Amino acid sequence: MTVAPLSAHLPQINVELAEYSELFMLISAFIYTFAFILFTVDLVRSSATIRRVEAELAAEQQEERTRRLVGAAAPGHDAASAPPSQPTATDAELVDDDLAYMGASRPFANVAVALTAVAAAAHGFAVIARGVAAARWPLANMYEFLTAAALLVSVVFLLVLLRRDLRFLGIFVLGLVVTMMAGATMGFPTPIGHVQPALQSPWIAIHVTLAVSAMAVFTLTFAMNVLQLVQSRRERVLEGEPKGRFERNLGKAQFMRLVPSAFSLESWAYRLNAVGFVFWTLGPLITGAIWANESWGRYWGWDPKEVWTFVIWVVYAGYLHARATRGWTGNRAAWLSIIGFICIIINYTVVNIWFPGLHSYAGLPE
Amino acid sequence: MSTDNDAATQVQPSAHRDNAREDALNDAQGISKKDVTAPALGPRGMLRWAWTQLTSMRTALMLLLLLAIAAVPGSIFPQRVQDSFAVQTYIEDNPTLGPVLDFFQMFDVYSSVWFSAIYILLFISLIGCIIPRARKHYQQMTSPPPRTPRRLDRLPEYGALELTSDGPDPEIALTEAGKVLKKRRYRVDVRRHEDGTGSVGAEKGYLREIGNIVFHVSLVGVLIFVAAGAMFSYRGQKVLIEDEAFVNALVAYDNFYPGTWFQEENLEPFSIRLDSFERAFDRQLFDGEPNPNYGQALDFTAEVTIQDGPQSEPEQTELKVNHPLSLGGGAQIYLVGNGYAPVITIRDGEGEVAFSGPVITRPDDPLYTSMAVVKAPDAAPEQLGFVGLFLPTAHDTGDGLAISIDPELGNPELHLNSYAGDLGLDEGVPQNVYVLDTEDLTELNARDADAGGIAIGPGETHELPEGLGSIEFEVVQDYVAIDIHYNPGTTAILIFALTATAGLITSLFLRRRRAWVTVEQNEHGRTLVSYGLLARGEDFRLRDENIALRTEFEKTWPVRPPEENNES
Repeated sequence: MTVAPLSAHLPQINVELAEYSELFMLISAFIYTFAFILFTVDLVRSSATIRRVEAELAAEQQEERTRRLVGAAAPGHDAASAPPSQPTATDAELVDDDLAYMGASRPFANVAVALTAVAAAAHGFAVIARGVAAARWPLANMYEFLTAAALLVSVVFLLVLLRRDLRFLGIFVLGLVVTMMAGATMGFPTPIGHVQPALQSPWIAIHVTLAVSAMAVFTLTFAMNVLQLVQSRRERVLEGEPKGRFERNLGKAQFMRLVPSAFSLESWAYRLNAVGFVFWTLGPLITGAIWANESWGRYWGWDPKEVWTFVIWVVYAGYLHARATRGWTGNRAAWLSIIGFICIIINYTVVNIWFPGLHSYAGLPE
Repeated sequence: MSTDNDAATQVQPSAHRDNAREDALNDAQGISKKDVTAPALGPRGMLRWAWTQLTSMRTALMLLLLLAIAAVPGSIFPQRVQDSFAVQTYIEDNPTLGPVLDFFQMFDVYSSVWFSAIYILLFISLIGCIIPRARKHYQQMTSPPPRTPRRLDRLPEYGALELTSDGPDPEIALTEAGKVLKKRRYRVDVRRHEDGTGSVGAEKGYLREIGNIVFHVSLVGVLIFVAAGAMFSYRGQKVLIEDEAFVNALVAYDNFYPGTWFQEENLEPFSIRLDSFERAFDRQLFDGEPNPNYGQALDFTAEVTIQDGPQSEPEQTELKVNHPLSLGGGAQIYLVGNGYAPVITIRDGEGEVAFSGPVITRPDDPLYTSMAVVKAPDAAPEQLGFVGLFLPTAHDTGDGLAISIDPELGNPELHLNSYAGDLGLDEGVPQNVYVLDTEDLTELNARDADAGGIAIGPGETHELPEGLGSIEFEVVQDYVAIDIHYNPGTTAILIFALTATAGLITSLFLRRRRAWVTVEQNEHGRTLVSYGLLARGEDFRLRDENIALRTEFEKTWPVRPPEENNES
């Protein structure tokens, strides 16, 4: 086989490795799908899980009562921690505000988490293999951007799971990951290749990676903020008389008892959003401007992508300010975070596909 | 706090949270605070009220959201800053809507009155908010931590320890408590009473508010240098054909866009000459077949000779995409485009040379199918015009149409229509050199005309019908399009952007905490230490700080286990 020499000192594409990359991308997508199904089963079975936990708690209480009758010392409580509310059989605390792992065992969710980890490993190989095969940073078109974003979403999810019980988010996170993988492989399949001269810059590794990281974080907070709105409605329903069928069903929704309180969801979403906002400031905004100045001769030119980068930054800045504004915390702030994520979706889809601009690197079929 | 407020807190779980912290402090201090003040009467009062409104967080939030919404139309409608030609086309295509949109400055969104109004108000609000905050913070940093609240157990985090009888007396315990807090990097103020008891007030995390102030001040800095940089800046464009040189002077530019305060003598007299130009394309085969990206451009390199002022030595160097050259005291030169320039000679009906030279063609696709327009107003008896395509590797599709199948010069051909008549260049109306208005011209050559179209390769000549002249295609040269930019503000903008980020990170992730410790003697003669913690701003780890403090205290003193209290 004769191979025409490549000028520009770019190495040959490793076709075989690229094929393995695509294969592993598909494999991971299938495993993610299976994990998603198991998270769904876990959701459906949540009432059974809750019943079991409540039975365990009731048994514990029974034991305690017996102990007290025998005359054992009552447990004194540590002054440093607030007295824990004694759980009763009817309103057992199934989650806590620190998202620590509680006793409830959820076999389906646990298997789903394990599968997510396996899928993420295959996925990680696929993304790295693509980069190695093309001898460049694998973030140059919509296919690569979307698969890398999905990888970061699942990796961040898994990392948080090491310390905190985020299993309630599983169905949403995996749903989004599966959607992203399907979107990448079906919507924007792009053959492996080198990139045009404008993209041959070390800034791509910093600029786009920070953008993808921010997007991964905002994806998680989006799911949390949506759940926060549902949970806060449910909390309101439980306090008063439910009105209409929706509220009655919401009040009875067992799954929502496995979800932390709206207050706790909001706090955690805020902590993650703060990290995402720093990523967005450094990545799309500042390194984007630096690269634009090096490549196009101006740091900012209101190209459609730049416009939306700015809009997203301002919306999340608004979110951070809302958290310090009387009357704007809680659900209103959650809405701002959700709007921010919608802007990110618009920035990725509508702006890339329909608004012509300097960022038209999407590799879209003509 | 009233029960009404409690109910509201539960409806919206975290409502008033930040203020709730302040309220907690006031509650612990025994202060009841009214936070609603009616606007004072009279014009000065009204002004003060308006100022208070403008600098309130709620207004800042509204302006932020408004700014986000106002920025969106700029991505929907073409913008003059980007492409004034696209704006013109848009208005011509939408004769009803176009002028209306133009009236509302929808094509100049980012310099429009309404967009400017929003961000100027936002920055006024920001400055009006940050100055008093900075002053207040300075006072807090230079004065001792706030006085000890009367009821520490009402603070968000609270703890108490009873020391054993052989433990230190209150006076010593107070000193040691101060040391513990100092070790945890609090700023400490020990307040002793005459009887040996007393309290410690402590605060840490002052950098959090400093970070916040630095972030906002840096934003003002960015805005100032964006504006100032734009005032003194200039940018221009120039097309350079092989062996052609450019000297940085106003007349040499194809297009020039000066900033408001630009002065011609600011142009440094550097020069740049294009010696040669190299293109590299993807030529890899997968299993003997062209790969899906076959023929994609991989590299552009312009070999240039630069001279940074008349006194400097000429120097040969490379100009590449992403690697601008810096010349003339800060002007940057960018490689932004390239293409082919076929050298053409046109002779008129009288046999005189009416045009001779390279013609810049504009690539329309990755295969360098390029638009070519040649105008020969000096031709006699009639002026001549040519419109068509330059194809680097021409391939006949079979039905007489040729297309380019490769971006490199495999089989270069010019495919042109020719026209005779008044080109309209004598009326003094500026014309686009890349467009030929053929409406009032007589068609000579075209694919469907009797004479057929012109299709010539290098070294070939085509005779025009009716003896009106000839066109000769000699050789192909390369050209590059360069942008020259000068903006003195960029370094300052970058520095402020980085200080803004540093401030942002500090203000988001550093925690500001206040701690108080009181030391008393209880009725059993044992020393009783109580402490309380209060966060200013978001703090999710105040509980951890409580635990850490307690651990430190327990290491310092012998503490009676809490169980014993229940028995005694």
